[in-house]
Amino acid sequence: MKNEWPLWEVFIRGQHGLNHRHVGSLHAPDAEMAIKNARDVYTRRNEGVSIWVVEARHIAASAPGDKGPLFDPSESKIYRHPTFYDIPEEVGHM
Amino acid sequence: MAEVDQKALFEFLLRMGDNTLVLGHRVSEWCGHSPILEEDIALANTALDLIGQTQLWLGLAGEVEGKGRSADDLAFLRDVWDFRNVLLTELPNGDFGRTLLRQFLFDAWASIMLGRLQKSSDPRIAAIAEKASKEVAYHVERSADTVVGLGDGTQESHDRMQAALEYLWPYVGEMFQSDDVDAAMVAAGIAPDPAGLRAEYDALIGAVLDEATLTLPKGDFAHKGGRTGYMHTEHLGHMLCHMQWLQRAYPGCDW
Amino acid sequence: MYAQMIKTARSGVKSREEMSEQEREFQDKVDNNIKIEPQDWMPDDYRATLIRQMGQHAHSEVVGQLPEGNWITRAPTLERKAILLAKVQDEAGHGLYLYSAAETLGETRDELVNLLHEGKMKYSSIFNYPTLNWADIGAVGWLVDGAAIVNQVALQRTSYGPYSRAMIRICKEESFHARQGYDAIRVLAQGSPEQKKMAQDALNRLWFPALMMFGPSDSESVHSEQSMAWKIKVKSNDELRQQFVDQTIPQIEYLGLDLPDPNIKWNEERGHYDFSEPNWPEFFDVIKGNGPCNVDRMEKRVAAWEDGTWVRDGLLAHARKKAAQKIAAE
Repeated sequence: MKNEWPLWEVFIRGQHGLNHRHVGSLHAPDAEMAIKNARDVYTRRNEGVSIWVVEARHIAASAPGDKGPLFDPSESKIYRHPTFYDIPEEVGHM
Repeated sequence: MAEVDQKALFEFLLRMGDNTLVLGHRVSEWCGHSPILEEDIALANTALDLIGQTQLWLGLAGEVEGKGRSADDLAFLRDVWDFRNVLLTELPNGDFGRTLLRQFLFDAWASIMLGRLQKSSDPRIAAIAEKASKEVAYHVERSADTVVGLGDGTQESHDRMQAALEYLWPYVGEMFQSDDVDAAMVAAGIAPDPAGLRAEYDALIGAVLDEATLTLPKGDFAHKGGRTGYMHTEHLGHMLCHMQWLQRAYPGCDW
Repeated sequence: MYAQMIKTARSGVKSREEMSEQEREFQDKVDNNIKIEPQDWMPDDYRATLIRQMGQHAHSEVVGQLPEGNWITRAPTLERKAILLAKVQDEAGHGLYLYSAAETLGETRDELVNLLHEGKMKYSSIFNYPTLNWADIGAVGWLVDGAAIVNQVALQRTSYGPYSRAMIRICKEESFHARQGYDAIRVLAQGSPEQKKMAQDALNRLWFPALMMFGPSDSESVHSEQSMAWKIKVKSNDELRQQFVDQTIPQIEYLGLDLPDPNIKWNEERGHYDFSEPNWPEFFDVIKGNGPCNVDRMEKRVAAWEDGTWVRDGLLAHARKKAAQKIAAE
């Protein structure tokens, strides 16, 4: 059996209450140690308040070849964006 | 507070600061040589915490002594006989398992001790203990996990951990010995009697060693002489040769 | 730079006509500064070259712990000890980030480490030089990390996404390294005569090895052209070296130390400093394994890895036992 520690992807929520963000990866024998290692490796400079780890092999990803069908259709829906609408200046901030 | 014997207080602070100084130095020796990068980084964090605690304990010691000695003066310009760390902390690293087991045996004591010191009648000590407690809470969690993982890992890792325990066990008792200095601290409400921490300690390490499938050695013989400075091991002098070399070779310089 | 003499996996750059449609699409992305991501199609040679470059870069960070680690136990104050330890720890972190980036291409860290230990991959020549006095610690941070930053700032724009992101993270941490180094050597340069001697000795010894970090002149490097086209490499070796020299000379002068090379002179016409070439035969000797510390460095790395086997295996065995117990209980 191969004895390399599994690879984990690390997600950290920073100080400002934003979403957990992918920051990198590391190796650990199990999830508990992965969290500890993430604490030691990725929060040395006070970067985080919360850590998620997930074993890399459990991540499902969209295929690069599907990029067109997945993402291009939203390009034409410009009416979803607030800048699409002209609001008269007299109305004030909206 | 005025009635506390300042000499005894100085002595107590040296014991706290020399423990973290000497152990921090030992742990830092691993930097660049650990079994895997993640452990290398984690160990360095532990060493950094210990060095930081040293600056606080020895800084306060110098203040209490009142002779103008800084934390650096105390760390780099005393000889072996003036060091007050327990022998456990100065023992050579040995293999990674022995280092982590020594760390756990110390962390367990430190976590209990610092918990008590947060209620010290001396607010300066309580403040240091509060800061250090957070660090040590993580240290003990991590070192306990590693002791369990290696104790209950492969046959080889189990055997190595059991051997490490046999080697280290006779150095555990010194952390719980009491003398006049401790009595003075107790009387002033500054620090607890070390002997009084033993039951909690045994429960803590007992649970972890049990999970690690390790067997406590029989016998309660305890080496001593570190925290009183009466008789250190031969290892400490060699450590100081490294640690103090520049300050000794080029006295009076700024660095 | 931490990656020197990277062999690009093919010779010569293909013209557009020679490229397949996939290759053209790929090159268009690179030309338009669209990052290449792990699952995207990429030429085999691009992948192979990247693995070599990121691997060598990662190895350099990890082997680079040794020369500075050499002084952790001898640092002269508690603060210097903490700073140095934190700095060397960062190098381990940088190695880890770079191995992670390489792993996105399907080469595991253990595989890369094995290649290093078998002598099939290299690390930067600079780490085969010894650190002999305390001022070397200042000089390494200031000159070696300073040189690395010059290169790594450029590499933040590299075409491969994970490599670029690792570089961004590393650069953020790296400026602490150069600054702490300069701070340490500045105290010595302004200190006692003996301390000043340490500082001068360190500068004299490490100057040319630092210049070598950028690799030989591009005119002699057969691999640069393709790597530049792929934006695995962003600036030429000579450009980067000149940039480093230009930024460092005023810093030496500020310290009041003697210049380490009598030929250093401001060239009004070029708008740059002139300087002597490093001793390239020495560089090739070091690359071939004959540097002052090659054998020692590898011996230490291999020992750390081999002595650690029982630890890695033990912790993994425990994790597997726990997982099996959990499944059995469910």
